[in-house]
Order: sequence, then structure tokens, then C-alpha cells
Amino acid sequence: MTEKTVLNATHRALGARMVDFGGWDMPINYGSQIEEHHAVRRDAGMFDVSHMTVIDLHGPRTREFLRHLLANSVDKLKVTGKALYSCMLNEQGGVIDDLIVYFFDEAHFRLVVNASTRVKDLAWIEQQAQAFGVEVKERPDFAMIAVQGPGARAKVLGLLHEVDRARIEKLGKFAAAAAQGPHGMPLFVARTGYTGEDGFEIIVPDEHAVALWEALAASGVAPAGLGARDTLRLEAGMNLYGQDMDETVSPWEANLGWTIALDEGRAFIGRPALEQQKAAGVPRVMVGLVLDDKGVLRHGQKVLTASGEGEILSGSFAPTLNKAVAFARIPAGTAGDVRVDIRGREVPVRLVKYPFVRDGKPCEGI
Amino acid sequence: MSEIPGDLKFLKSHEWARAEDDGLVRVGISDHAQGQLGDLVYVELPEIGSAVKAGTGAAVVESVKAASDIYAPISGEVVEVNELLNDKPETINEDAYGAGWIFLVRPSDRAELDELLDANEYEELVENDDH
Repeated sequence: MTEKTVLNATHRALGARMVDFGGWDMPINYGSQIEEHHAVRRDAGMFDVSHMTVIDLHGPRTREFLRHLLANSVDKLKVTGKALYSCMLNEQGGVIDDLIVYFFDEAHFRLVVNASTRVKDLAWIEQQAQAFGVEVKERPDFAMIAVQGPGARAKVLGLLHEVDRARIEKLGKFAAAAAQGPHGMPLFVARTGYTGEDGFEIIVPDEHAVALWEALAASGVAPAGLGARDTLRLEAGMNLYGQDMDETVSPWEANLGWTIALDEGRAFIGRPALEQQKAAGVPRVMVGLVLDDKGVLRHGQKVLTASGEGEILSGSFAPTLNKAVAFARIPAGTAGDVRVDIRGREVPVRLVKYPFVRDGKPCEGI
Repeated sequence: MSEIPGDLKFLKSHEWARAEDDGLVRVGISDHAQGQLGDLVYVELPEIGSAVKAGTGAAVVESVKAASDIYAPISGEVVEVNELLNDKPETINEDAYGAGWIFLVRPSDRAELDELLDANEYEELVENDDH
């Protein structure tokens, strides 16, 4: 049974090409995925991300619960509305999912987790929450629209009630606040994203989502599909769960070491395994690859190095760079020549530090 | 979707073939196929002088989404390729039945053309595809 977001009919009316994405009927593009990509890099685009799962956590011991559940430290969240990116690990240190956690007050936090992992995430979180008496409440009554690009914030601000504008304009990166949208609709506006551009991700009650989408379109925000979302996040160096990491991969091997907080005395799930791996040395690393020649790097292609084989995780043509880039997992300590097997042809690629693109421009060395 | 030109013959795998006045056969992919693939970013053309065999891979087109083999609708020798596609693969998206042709074949057996679908049969196939 395919699920539909509340914007499904809107996408179809716009002539979107729809695909199945983790059990959801979602727009991959509305014509040209490359033009949608450029619209986000150059001005503003919007994505329906209502398929993502919003979970509210309630109870006096919620912070204590999240200290146990997440590999990043929720103690970094001190101010209402502040957000944090974290992995949720199993006992072996493998990644169950990556997510964003928002802090409202000590008795209320919000998680936004992936769509494709919804069922297992909810089961895991509910199981872990019991010992802390935390109530786990999914919020299927919300839609979510990501508005991204250098012009995105100004276009959203223009739609807010004037009493809210200055406050939302001052919102720092990775912070969120409530505001009133068109016709007074209640919005939860977060300065987060998955494109490497500035912008907002807006959580809106289902019944107002179509009106918000239409108001954004009227303000010049271009609809963009999951195809553009994928090339934008790849250029921006952001992992996709299921492709770049899963339960068999630790954050060390997924270039997510920066999200692990080994703060003193905090016993989070997976910590012993992570510490063991770190002490023993991590066997595989995740790197960036650039193909200067013609061709496209794709998921599953074999990577050949002097220290052994690896594989391409996320790979695609990168519209901002007009060439192919990829993430790959290869043996640690690899240097020198790296080649990729593209349909039996061994093609030389460059090993680079990523992100590949930030704020609309290629990064140095790409 | 643009009208399917009546002089084209098709493989079920969405390649078209056009018999030219000089006896050569021009090959491309259908407008339906380019729409399914999305924005094309790379075309691997066959080599001029190489032999192609009907129903087997002769070229590769890559969109942002995926790589797809292009099958030769007819056997023969490749006598010309569309070099324009090296710089502008999106020409196929813009004009699949015209400027977006891929290669030109000197057929070894023109009778193979009779085994292909005609425009009406192909249109029917595509319509069923869409439901």
C-alpha cells in the first residue's frame, strides 16, 4: 500500500513524475531535475518532505532518555528551539538512523527521522523509552516543506505575520521557532536543510500544507523533486541513510565522527562498541571522489585502490560541477591511484575532501 | 509528449530506426524513453566502423538517475555518430526524434526493419506502459 502526502494531488497537478520512495508516492521531478537543482542553488526551491516522520517525546525524564538513545549529546541543547543532528545506534555501534532532535522544554523534545526507517525507528524508540517513562507520540498530522536556496529565507519571511518576521529572520542556523504563516496558520520554522544552502524546513499542520505550498509558489519558490534533493545533498556532502550508512556501519566509517559526543560518564547505546573500534583502528573510511573524465559514478560500482577494493555509496552527476562525484567506502590509509570500474572500464578518479559545493559554489580543490 | 513520426520503426526497448533515402538507417531513442530517463548527462557513442547487431547493446545513455543500454534496432556497420551529444546530451531530451539521433548504420539486412514495431504499434505499447 503506497502512502501519499497531503500534497500528492498538488504534485500531480503540476505534472510531476511520481515514483515510489520508501513506500511513499513522491515527486522525483516536475520536468527537469537539473533545472530544479539550479533553482535551489541560485534562488529558491521547495521540497515536500512530509513523508519524513515527526515524533514528539513527552515526560520529565526526556533529556535523560535522549542522553541514552543518541550518540550526539543533547546537553548541547540549552535554548528552546535549538536543534541537533545525531545518529541513533544499536549496541554494535551500527547506525539505526540519523535524525534531528529539537528542544522545546525539559518535558518535550521532537525528533524528525527518515521515512524509510519509520517502523523500526518507532519500535526501537518505544522500547528504549519505557525505562524512562517517556511518551513516544508520532505526529502524522503534520506535513513538512523544505524551502532552500539563497533567496529562500526572504521569500518565507514575506509570508509570515509581520509580528513574527524580525524574530524568525534572526533565527540562527540549526534553531527553530513557532510563527504564524498565511491566514494565521501555525508554523514551526527551522533553519535547517539538506541542500548545502541556507533556508528553512517548515512543519505545518496537514490541513494548511496546500495553502502554504501555493503561497510559496506565488512568492517565486520553484517546486523541486526528490531527484534534485538527492544531487543537492550529495554535492553538499550529506549522507543518505540506507545508501551511505546502515546498521552494519558505524559513524566512524560514515564520516560522522563529528556527531559522536564521548562526553564523560554518558552511557549511550553503542558507546562501548564505538570506543572499541576507535582503539582498534577503524578499517574502512568514507571519502569523496571526483570523476574529471566523462561518465557517471553510481551506487554499487567497485573502487580499486592499492590497499584493496571499496565501493561507491552515493554517486551521481553533480549539476553544479557539471561532472560526476561520489562518496565511497574504501580501506583506511588508501593513497595514490584510485580507479572506479564503470561497466568493465577502469576509470581514474580523484580522492577529495568534501563537501563538493557550499553556498552555491564549488569548494576548493573540487 | 510529442507526436510519434509515422516513418519510424521501434524496438520494444524504445529505440527508433529511420530508413533514410540513401539506404542508411538512423537510430535514436523515443520521446517516451527520454521522459522516463529524465535529464541526460552523458552519451557513450559507438565507434565509427564498429559492427552492431540487432537487439544487442550499441551505446549507453546516462541520465542523472541511471545508465541505460541502447540496443541496435538493426545489424550493420556504424558509419556516423552524433558528435553533438558529446557536449549536449540534453539534445535527446529536447528533440528525441530529430537533432537527438544517436548513430547511423549501414544495414547488412534491411529486411530486419520489417520485424520492428511501426509507429502505431509503438504508441499502443507506450500507452499500456503508462497505465
